[in-house]
Amino acid sequence: MKQLLEDRYPLIWVTGEISNFRKPASGHFYFALKDAKAQISAVIFRNQNRNLGFKPKDGMQITGLGRISVYEPRGTYQLILEYLEPKGIGAIQIAFEKLKASLSEEGLFDEKWKKPLPYLPRKIGIITSPTGAVIHDILTVLDTRFPNLQIVIRPVRVQGKGAADEIEAAVRELDTIDGIHVVVLARGGGSLEDLAPFNSETVARAVFEANTPVVSAVGHETDYTICDFAADLRAPTPSAAAEMIVPSKADLKKRIDRTQQRLVRALQHKLQQMRAILADVSNRIVDPKRRLDDLRIRWDDIYGRLLLSVHNGIGRKKERLAWRIDRLRSYRLVQVVLDHRDRLHRNGQHLRLLSEKALGKHRSDLRELVGKLVELNPSAILSRGYSITRSLPDWKIIRNAEAVAPEQRLNIRLAEGAIEVSVADVNPRDAGTASTLHPEDDGL
Amino acid sequence: MSKQTFEGAMAKLEQIVEELESGELPLEKTIKKFEEGIRLSSYCSTILDETENRISLLLKDADGRLTEQPFDQANSAAGKHGADQE
Repeated sequence: MKQLLEDRYPLIWVTGEISNFRKPASGHFYFALKDAKAQISAVIFRNQNRNLGFKPKDGMQITGLGRISVYEPRGTYQLILEYLEPKGIGAIQIAFEKLKASLSEEGLFDEKWKKPLPYLPRKIGIITSPTGAVIHDILTVLDTRFPNLQIVIRPVRVQGKGAADEIEAAVRELDTIDGIHVVVLARGGGSLEDLAPFNSETVARAVFEANTPVVSAVGHETDYTICDFAADLRAPTPSAAAEMIVPSKADLKKRIDRTQQRLVRALQHKLQQMRAILADVSNRIVDPKRRLDDLRIRWDDIYGRLLLSVHNGIGRKKERLAWRIDRLRSYRLVQVVLDHRDRLHRNGQHLRLLSEKALGKHRSDLRELVGKLVELNPSAILSRGYSITRSLPDWKIIRNAEAVAPEQRLNIRLAEGAIEVSVADVNPRDAGTASTLHPEDDGL
Repeated sequence: MSKQTFEGAMAKLEQIVEELESGELPLEKTIKKFEEGIRLSSYCSTILDETENRISLLLKDADGRLTEQPFDQANSAAGKHGADQE
């Protein structure tokens, strides 16, 4: 029987509704797949049900791929499913691809429309479910990275009917609020159906048209939704989004501190540099006071040396003087003087002798001459009767009679006294005047 | 109030530091730039601290008006749904 069934229906697609869904500890899924008319037992073992991407539930319409098998102990046949997917998911996927292509062509996903995020957004808007892990994670990361922020949460349904409209409205609402620097759309992982609102055209357009930068953090890391493409930035997870939109305050503070230190050090360095230059230049300038001191020292030195040399000079001269005095003394000056005195005395005597002799001779010569002189004395002549005749007023001795004129006054010196006469008559000397001699002129 | 952005101020600050570190500025300019650098760095510090911490829920009331309410994290963690009155 088993062989028959297994051969006949090796691999088939089935579709139906899940009921009686059981998930025992073994991890296998057991349920009945039914439609209006019939039902069949089905199982999908753990290895296959791990990668389903959705959670099968009672009432769910599914499509599956599997094989018929017989469970011999019970005598029942069952469906062993290799693959399971929600019914219509194929259709959803096709619709997704189609929308994606058309929006892309329209340019909604182009890089040039993507706005840069502000470096430090002080007010952040978050569109997400107000409960659950997502908002909790976002808030935790934000608080860790930058503890003082303004956060506005616009709560929405993140799946199901009507969610898309809510999300679209939320995007437009936050966009109009002044002062919101960035908007985050966040929801956790889920099936394609769950994520459907974020793949809708309305949300995509709202995100694209928003003036505020929008960050899309929808689903798992591997989920790419249309919202992701339309947003200004896609974050792989909501926590990642929190990290991407806000810098680490601690890091920034450190950076500021470091920069400040660098500033201070640079200034200190510059000041040192300037001081070094100043010191160098100062050293090369000689302080006038120092120069003065230097000169004083030199002066003292030279003056001292001068004094010393003068002192020495004087000393030397004193020495020489002393030496000469000594030599003088050694001359036995007194004795020399005495000797000289003796000589002087003797010479004096000798001189006297000679001079007396000479003198004697001269005296006798003189006596002789005096005798002659007495004889020649005019007075002697005068006493013999002669007289000296002088003209007046010129007192010239007259020897020639022609030298006088009649009436001229004359002075005649006699042996005793003188007379003043005037000329009565002049008789020039002529031949034969010898006879005119007065007889008394005898004896002349 | 025309405020310099944080990013702008940080950029200017880093530029000033580099200029100072080059050591090529004359002394007066160095001092001037130093003062500006210190001013910028304290401005940046201030900006970092100046935002008030506040988390709020934006809700639409029955008339369709949006109002802010403080957000209670404890409640949210417990799984209570937000009071959105659409």
